[in-house]
Amino acid sequence: MTATTATSATSATPTPLADATRDEASLRRFLHGLPGVDQVGVEQRAAGLGTRSIKKAAKLWAIDTAISMVDLTTLEGADTHGKVRALTAKAKRPDPERPDTPKVAAVCVYPDLVATAVETLAGTGINVASVATGFPAGRTSREIKLADVKIAVDAGADEVDMVIDRGAFLEGRYGQVFEEIQAIKAACGDAHLKVILETGELATYDNVRRASWLALLAGGDFIKTSTGKVSPAATLPVTHVMLQAVRDWRDTTGDLRGVKPAGGIRTTKDAIKYLVAVHEVAGEEWLSPHLFRFGASSLLNDLLLQRRTQADGHYSGPDYVTVD
Amino acid sequence: MGIFEYAPAPESRDIANLKPNYRPFLGGEFVDGNGEPLKTINPATEEVLAEVGTASVSDVDVAVKAARKAYNNVWSKMPGSERAKYLFRIARLIQERSRELAVLESLDNGKPIKESRDSDVPTAAAHFFYHAGWADKLDYAGLGPNPRPLGVAGQIIPWNFPLLMLAWKIAPALATGNTVVLKPAETTPLTALVFAEICQQAELPPGVVNILPGAGDIGQSIVEHGDVDKIAFTGSTDVGKLIQRQVAGTAKKLTLELGGKAANVVFDDAPLDQAVEGIVNGIFFNQGHVCCAGSRLLVQESVAEEVMEKLKYRVSTLRLGDPLDKNTDIGAINSAEQLSKIKGLVESGDTEGAHRWTSPCPVPERGFFFAPTVFSDVQQSMRIAREEIFGPVLSVLTFRTPDEAVTKANNTPYGLSAGIWTEKGSRILWMANQLRAGVVWANTFNRFDPAAPFGGYQESGFGREGGRTGLEAYLNV
Repeated sequence: MTATTATSATSATPTPLADATRDEASLRRFLHGLPGVDQVGVEQRAAGLGTRSIKKAAKLWAIDTAISMVDLTTLEGADTHGKVRALTAKAKRPDPERPDTPKVAAVCVYPDLVATAVETLAGTGINVASVATGFPAGRTSREIKLADVKIAVDAGADEVDMVIDRGAFLEGRYGQVFEEIQAIKAACGDAHLKVILETGELATYDNVRRASWLALLAGGDFIKTSTGKVSPAATLPVTHVMLQAVRDWRDTTGDLRGVKPAGGIRTTKDAIKYLVAVHEVAGEEWLSPHLFRFGASSLLNDLLLQRRTQADGHYSGPDYVTVD
Repeated sequence: MGIFEYAPAPESRDIANLKPNYRPFLGGEFVDGNGEPLKTINPATEEVLAEVGTASVSDVDVAVKAARKAYNNVWSKMPGSERAKYLFRIARLIQERSRELAVLESLDNGKPIKESRDSDVPTAAAHFFYHAGWADKLDYAGLGPNPRPLGVAGQIIPWNFPLLMLAWKIAPALATGNTVVLKPAETTPLTALVFAEICQQAELPPGVVNILPGAGDIGQSIVEHGDVDKIAFTGSTDVGKLIQRQVAGTAKKLTLELGGKAANVVFDDAPLDQAVEGIVNGIFFNQGHVCCAGSRLLVQESVAEEVMEKLKYRVSTLRLGDPLDKNTDIGAINSAEQLSKIKGLVESGDTEGAHRWTSPCPVPERGFFFAPTVFSDVQQSMRIAREEIFGPVLSVLTFRTPDEAVTKANNTPYGLSAGIWTEKGSRILWMANQLRAGVVWANTFNRFDPAAPFGGYQESGFGREGGRTGLEAYLNV
C-alpha cells in the first residue's frame, strides 16, 4: 500500500462554512458555537471502546494496518544522517526476515535531514514527512516558519508537520492561527499539511475541538495531536474528539481529512485501541494510511514482535527485531 | 461490518460452574422445595441451562419461621460491628467469585458479559461493602437515636439485574439487622442460588438469608405471610399495585420500585457527542431492560436533526449477539414473553404513525433478540411515548423551550429518573428542581452508586434504596 494522502485539501473554505471564516469575529463565534465536549463522557467512551477484544485474524489485520500507518519518526537534537539512513532502511523493510511485513507510511525527520531521507526512500512509495515551522515550540516569526517549510519542501518532503501557535490560540487570536495555517498550506505546494495542535498544552477538550476545526477550516490535510515533546501527548479521549471533528467535517463538507495521534503510543495493545476508535468513532473510511497515521518511533518494534507472536505462536523478544 | 471484523471473543461458559440442578436455600441449607421444578433457559440460545427446584406455599412458611428464629436468636442481638464482618466477607466473596457470577448472569439473563462483568457484579459487591460500613454506625445515620430493625423482610426481585437487585435488597436489610426471605425472578434464579453458596461460605448464621425460587404465587404468599414485617418489591407497576392492596391495612412496611418512562432531555447547547453516548447508554444498556432507562428522548427542535443523524450512526455501530462475546454491546431479550411484548408495542408505534428506524446490525437466528430501534416523530399521545417498553426501543420527541421540556418530561404517570444534557449549569439546577423523578442525571445517564438513593414518584413506586435514606426503609425510626 502506498501512503500518499487521498485528496489535497483545497485552500478555499468549503461553501457551507464560508461565513465562519469571514473575519476574526465570525471565526470566534463559529468556534465557540461548536458543541461542547463533556470530559467525563468522552473519557468514559474512550475507556469503554478500549475494552474491545481483538484477536486472531482481526488482530493480525490490525497489526498490519497499524504498521502501514506508522510515521516512523526521529526528532532528536542528536539526529544525524546516519541515524536517518538507518531509520529509512527500517521503514522499507521493517522485519527483514519476514518480507510480507507491510512498509510504514512515512519517515518523519527535521527539515535539514529531509534530503537524506528522500534520497534513500526514492521509489519506495514511502513518504518523507518533516516537522517544519520552528518545531516543537513554534515560537518564532512567520518568516522563519515559512522559510523552514521551504527548506523541507525544496528538499523533497511529501508531508509537512506544522505546529500551531498555542500562545495565540490560548489568547483567543484565532484569526492569527488561521492565517498562519493558510500561509503554510500555501507554502507547502503539493506537500500534505499535518497541523499539530499540541493538545497537551490546549488543556481542555473544548479547546481541542475548536483547534481541530480551526485547522480544518484553514486547509490542514491532517490534524495531529502532539509534537511528542509535551506531556501528555496523544491520548485516546483527545483522539476521539479529533475523530469526531473529521467525521463532522465530512458530514458538513463531504471532504475527507486525516487524524494523526503522535507521542506516547508504544504498544500494539494501545495502537489497536486507537484503530477501534477510528473504526467506531469516525468510521471505516478512516482505516487507511491516507487518513490515519501513528506518529511513533518505538511502536513499530512492538507491532513487529506481536506480528511474529501471532504467526509463530510464541513471543520472540526484542533481540529478534532491529533497534532501528 | 466491513473491513475490520472483530474475531469472536467468547468468555468460557465453564467458568459459570453450571450445575444440572439447583435447589432452594432455606435455614442455611439447600433443600428440596415442594413446588414444581422449573427449567431456566439461556435466552441467547433457548437451550435449558438447569433445573431449579422451587418453593411451595408451605416452604414459604418454613422459610419465614427460619428467618424469624435467626432474627430473634442471633441476628438482631448481634452488635453492628459483628454484622459488618459478615457483610464485608460476603462482599469479598462476590469479588473472588466475580467471573463465575458474571458468566452465570450472562448465561441466565442474556445480558452482555461486559455489562455483567464491569457493572452488575462489581456494583453488587460495592453495595455489600457500602452497607457493611453502615452496620455499626446506624445511630449516626441521622435517623433518630437507636434505630431498630423491623424483623423479617420479604423481598421480591426482577429478572433484569438478578444479582444486583439481590444486593440492593439484601445488603441494607442485613446491615440494619433484619433477616430475609427473598424470591428471585422465575427466569433468572441462578446467581441468587450461587449467592446462597456465598452465604454458606461466609458462615452466615442459618436462616438470616433464605432464597426461594418460584413464580408469582410464591411472591404472593411471601407478601401475605402474617409474620413478615416488611415487603420490598422491584418489578412491574401492575404487580406493585397488587402488592400494595394486599399489604394495605396490615402493619407491614412496604417499598416499591416499579416501572419508568424516563425523559432524557437534550438542549441545543449540550455536548452533543457525549449526549449521543448518554442516549445510547440510557436506552440500550442491558437491552433496555432497565426500569430507569431513558426511553423518551426529548430533544430541542433546533438540534433534533443533527442529534438524530449522530444517533443513528452511533446505534448502527452497536454489536448485537452472543452475550458471552466480550465485544457484544447488546445481548438477548430475557424471555420469549418479553420479546413479544416489545414487538407488540413497536407495532403500535407503527400503527400510530411514528417513524421507525432499526439498526442494520445482523440479528442471530436463534435466541430472543431485538435489534436496536429508534422511533422519531413520536407524539406524546402515542402508546410508545406513554407505556414502558422495557426493551431496546427509543422514542424521540422534540420540544422548543425549557418550559415545554419540563412539561413534557413530567407528563407521565411514572417518575423514576430523568436526564438533562446542557452545558449551562444554571439550567441543570433549574430543570432538576422541576422534574418529578427520583434520580436526575446531568450530562450522564444510568450511573449507579450505593451511596446514592434510588427510587420513584407516582407509578414508579415509593421508598428509596441505597444511601443513608435507603437504610430508613429497613429501620424503625
